[in-house]
Amino acid sequence: MSAVLDGFAVVVEPKNLLYCLIGVIIGMLIGVLPGLGPAATIAILLPVTFGLEPVTSIIMLAGIFYGAQYGGTITSVLLRLPGEASSVVTVFDGHALARQGKAGTALGIAAIGSFVGGTLSIVALTFVAPLVAGFALDFGPPEYTALALLGILLIATISNGSRLKAFIAAAIGLLLATVGRDDFISAERFTFGSLSLADGLDFVPIAMGLFGLGEILYNLEERHRTPHTPAAVHNIWPSRSDLRQASGAIGRGGVIGFVLGILPGGGAVLSSLAAYAVEKRRSRHPERFGQGAIEGVAAPETANNAAATSSFIPLLSLGIPANATMAVIFGALLIQGITPGPQLVTEHPDLFWGVVNSMYIGNVLLLIMSLPLVGLFVRILRVRAAILAPITALITLIGAYTVRNDVFDIALVLFFGVLGYLMKKAGFDPGPMVLAFVLGSLLESSLRRSLLMFDGNPGGFFARPISGVLLASFIVVILLPVARSMRRRHRSGRDRLNEPV
Amino acid sequence: MNTRTEDLPDTEEPAEPDRPPAAGPVTNLVIALLVVLLGGAAMAGSLRLGVGSLAAPGPGTWPAVVSAVLVMLGLALAVRVRHTDDAERFTRSGLLVLAAVASMAVFVAVVGTIGFEVPTALLAFVWLRLLGRESWRTSIVVSLAVTFALYLIFVGALDVTIPHLL
Repeated sequence: MSAVLDGFAVVVEPKNLLYCLIGVIIGMLIGVLPGLGPAATIAILLPVTFGLEPVTSIIMLAGIFYGAQYGGTITSVLLRLPGEASSVVTVFDGHALARQGKAGTALGIAAIGSFVGGTLSIVALTFVAPLVAGFALDFGPPEYTALALLGILLIATISNGSRLKAFIAAAIGLLLATVGRDDFISAERFTFGSLSLADGLDFVPIAMGLFGLGEILYNLEERHRTPHTPAAVHNIWPSRSDLRQASGAIGRGGVIGFVLGILPGGGAVLSSLAAYAVEKRRSRHPERFGQGAIEGVAAPETANNAAATSSFIPLLSLGIPANATMAVIFGALLIQGITPGPQLVTEHPDLFWGVVNSMYIGNVLLLIMSLPLVGLFVRILRVRAAILAPITALITLIGAYTVRNDVFDIALVLFFGVLGYLMKKAGFDPGPMVLAFVLGSLLESSLRRSLLMFDGNPGGFFARPISGVLLASFIVVILLPVARSMRRRHRSGRDRLNEPV
Repeated sequence: MNTRTEDLPDTEEPAEPDRPPAAGPVTNLVIALLVVLLGGAAMAGSLRLGVGSLAAPGPGTWPAVVSAVLVMLGLALAVRVRHTDDAERFTRSGLLVLAAVASMAVFVAVVGTIGFEVPTALLAFVWLRLLGRESWRTSIVVSLAVTFALYLIFVGALDVTIPHLL
């Protein structure tokens, strides 16, 4: 318990408080601005974290992530323009409320829901993460092989767009991870004789290129209309009846968000969709949804904040990032010389508890700031995308240089930026690729160690209980959709036969 | 994804109104073939590294497994070309991206020799004036201000060793 309290001592250090504040403000800003998401922003800002202490840098990056969930709501409600993918469902009822002159109520409920969801999730994180980590301390190479495989699979399964393309992106990410010297016998692989490639590809330029620059280039194609004048905001504090109506939705949204956030590939986007669907399905008047139902704002906004927080659990306790943003934070930890994994809680308690406890403070800061600052954020929206694009691009380019003081890294970022743009154009989500790249070397080395352990017999994985169960679920996740589509095809074939001629 | 689209209300506007038209089957086929080619090339490289055996995996074992999977996935994508509609057609606005990439390539080429200030101001100006169609005045003022601000942040505050003139 004293470690938890020490964590609070870490948080209240003025420097950490300051960076927590900076993080949540940046998070809200990019949440408001359509285009750049949290993964892109954190990737772009990775070089800035070099000069910071590990705890401070992760506190700031985490603040960006959950701050973005708050910010995304504002534009969804006022402008019908979701700033973040996780606020897309909030648009339906949030904007309907705004048109009825109840924009303030919608924002107020969303902020309260976000706070409750985030806080509930941190409390649960405080208890669950050390348990999971303690359990995972006995994991050997076979368990890590199975865990990494399952993680990549789930992320590819639940990612945006085509599942096949997500798997392709993941496979390319795994190949990229093999570039450089082999860990076991130091044979050079896919280096094409380049010295810069001999040490392998660095995570930072890949994340900065695929997420950061790729997104900037993709947005250059004038995808976003200039927003129209937002609705006026007044009466932010919700009435008691609104609160009563929303409280159930907030509770359920918090639980859904927490659970889905832990699952690899879950996270904020999926949980906001699921929470909305659940509210609509259990409502006695589902026709109210889309016409300004307060539950339609409360549930997804609570869920996305709860999920944003709980997705830290697999990262901090197992070393497996659950979504794209966590992959970038994983990279940030590696830069600081810290390998995330079950030993994190015991070896770096100040970091673990410092980051976890900073989320309490961050959520309070967000709750205090989000409501009074709504007007300011709306004004920021008037800054044209054409002016923001060169600024973010230049920060990315110059930042890339600072990583290793090497112009080669800027070229790499440019290369991966173009690749990220082309992937998005071709319908590939770069998320699974970055994740697979992050997990690639862990997966390969654990697989090779396991094979050496088992004398080359793959059946050895199933002889150990944990890796066996994990691999069995891996196979189930692969086979389930195949079986389902075969059954559907079978049924539609039968229906066609039964049709009268 | 378990969430079905019928749970979401019908709205008069789609969430992404500016999405360019979908690419045709030829583009999709080319994409699939590129994936197969990439997998094949990686496979050839892995075989040359030596695949070893399951009991004694070599440096090429894992890359060979992954590239085999990649080839199969690419073939599956090629078979389903007619059912994919998530690729976007390249339109005229793609030229903006090409110009942006070209300007950044120039930036990379010259930053090591002449420092970052001039390329930074030029890149910002090109993006503002040519890509963003801002006015001359806005473009000049903003590009100079951005250069000054970035100088203050990176050279002044962060003390980064980026090549600079002053």
